[in-house]
Amino acid sequence: MSDVRLENISKRFGDTLALEGISLHIHDDEFFVLLGPTGAGKTTTLRVIAGLEKQDDGHVYLDDRLMDGAQPADRDVAFVFQQYSLYPNMSVYDNLAFPLRSPLRRLPEGEIRQRVTGAAEKLRITHLLERKTARLSGGEMQRVSIGRAIVRQPRIFLMDEPLSNLDAKLRESLRVELKHLQKTQGSTTLFVTHDQIEALTMADRIAVLDQGKIIQNGTPFDIYDRPATTFVAQMVGTPRINLIAAEWQDGAYRTPGAALSFARQNGAAAEKVLVGVRPEDVRPGAGDFRGEVMLVEPLGVETILHIRTGEITLLCVVSGLSSIQLGEVLSFGFAVERLHFFDMNGRRL
Amino acid sequence: MANVANAPRQKVVISTRVDKVSTGARVTSSVRAAIAVIVALIMLIPVAWMAMTAFKTRPDAVAVPPKVFFEPSFEGFVSLLTSRRQLTNDEIAVYQQRTDLGWADQIALIRGQAITGPSAFPRQLLNSLIISGVSTVFSVGFGVLSAYAFSRFPVPGKDDLLFFILSQRMLPPVVVTIPIFLMYRQVGLHDTHIGMVLLYTAFNLSFSVWLLKGFIDEIPREYEEAAMVDGYTRLQAFRRIVLPQATTGIAATTVFSLIFSWNEYAFALMLTSDAARTAPPSIPLVLGTGGIEWAAIAAGSLAFLIPVVIITFLLRKHLLRGVTFGAIRKG
Repeated sequence: MSDVRLENISKRFGDTLALEGISLHIHDDEFFVLLGPTGAGKTTTLRVIAGLEKQDDGHVYLDDRLMDGAQPADRDVAFVFQQYSLYPNMSVYDNLAFPLRSPLRRLPEGEIRQRVTGAAEKLRITHLLERKTARLSGGEMQRVSIGRAIVRQPRIFLMDEPLSNLDAKLRESLRVELKHLQKTQGSTTLFVTHDQIEALTMADRIAVLDQGKIIQNGTPFDIYDRPATTFVAQMVGTPRINLIAAEWQDGAYRTPGAALSFARQNGAAAEKVLVGVRPEDVRPGAGDFRGEVMLVEPLGVETILHIRTGEITLLCVVSGLSSIQLGEVLSFGFAVERLHFFDMNGRRL
Repeated sequence: MANVANAPRQKVVISTRVDKVSTGARVTSSVRAAIAVIVALIMLIPVAWMAMTAFKTRPDAVAVPPKVFFEPSFEGFVSLLTSRRQLTNDEIAVYQQRTDLGWADQIALIRGQAITGPSAFPRQLLNSLIISGVSTVFSVGFGVLSAYAFSRFPVPGKDDLLFFILSQRMLPPVVVTIPIFLMYRQVGLHDTHIGMVLLYTAFNLSFSVWLLKGFIDEIPREYEEAAMVDGYTRLQAFRRIVLPQATTGIAATTVFSLIFSWNEYAFALMLTSDAARTAPPSIPLVLGTGGIEWAAIAAGSLAFLIPVVIITFLLRKHLLRGVTFGAIRKG
């Protein structure tokens, strides 16, 4: 049983407000992702949970026990840092054994050996055990870091962008391994990232953070399909969502520069709105609107089209390699039931 | 292209590195090595001359032109380590008949002297060892602790405090010797080991805090944070993670502190007279009966040099790493 609850956490550094009333509840066995741009307060949140930083306001509960004044050692959490966290004067084995040899645990060496080799096998780093950490590659280092976290079955794994210093290929494979590991071990994980793909692929639930505040909290499905603000809508999804300013005229929302119109939907009653259209919801081939293809980006599995209509350039994704040519004028429509309406402040209507 | 099947039977050229093959590169590196050797030799001439003088007899030591080749003698060491009295001509005759004289007595006798007992020098050397050793341990120990605090904690008024500490170093010691002399006499620290240890610790601390702070700043915080999350207290993390990482800095600071307190002259001359007198102010005072005993002074300097050489030699590996710090790849 592990359960992490944050209540109204606030933290300032000098004059800057790093966290403002953060409340979160991470359930047992959950893979929870904090997603946000640099400086949003993701890492600070992790450090507050670990006890490496003390909040100015609010409370941290681990398994319903108030942990506000507890030392990091007493919180029984594991932290995987972005970089620089393997003890450089020790071998990989000693790094993995280090948490087990802590005065709090003092396990017998036999059990330590068993746990370390077990973790090493899971992460496929058995061949590295005798090596010094300075002679590891970036991917190997992060594997060892993760290993050092899993040897001791902590309450919760706190992971601070563990994949962001790795190259793309490695990141992808380690991402899969991490998710697999989390599911097989049933370990509660709080994972921080600025990479929306990591968030969408791994998370059971996502909280989107911006400027120290939680903007939206929900399943990847909620976040992608019902973004609470334009910020969230732009944060997740590649290519980016199209945001189109439109005004109420003659019974429909119409764009000023282009001949686009959108029917009013459930309760959207504002004069001016921002209409969000995901690139995959722009359907070329048939529809009421016409535009010229300005750019074609074939990616193999899909093709991104830049369609210009009036003063607006829309991004559009079609699956597979498309036969549509540059400069072609085509007609297109929208998946009407999947449009997002936001007010001019960016809030969902 | 060589046939792969024949390859092992062909002559193997081991050195294929361009910089080893090219004559130009070879000449450049030889010239550089030669210059380094010459500079090192020039630097070593005074030390070598001192070592030679230590083994010269009195006439050889002051001979003009200077003697490079001479018959070695322990006269200097005997003069340094013993106190002697001048014998009358009659006594010399009696002494020359005696057969129970040790080798040191015989050396003294050549100059018509008899050894009356050991000199104060061994004890002064010991004082130097105690005072500089203890003060170095203190200044490095306190230095590591405060450097760590300055590096990691939000100490109120940090910048002002650090500048204040640095400003201690800017003060010329001579300016404060008289006030300190008066204060020390008042509180009974004059001519005591504790007094000198205190003084040298205070003087070295500013330097060691600054030097060590630089080294500790270089150690990423993540190491100790990881250790703290892994179930260690801050103090345990400091001991098991930070200290091993800071060895280079600690070694460098140790050598610098040691050399300062080992060499210190002005305070030692003013604040010690007998019980706690250190070696530096006593070496020039090894005056014999008439004339300066250059051989004895050189012997004293040589003996004085050896402990520092030993410490530096023991810590050389760390010192070399200290010179290249910044180039070390971090974990």
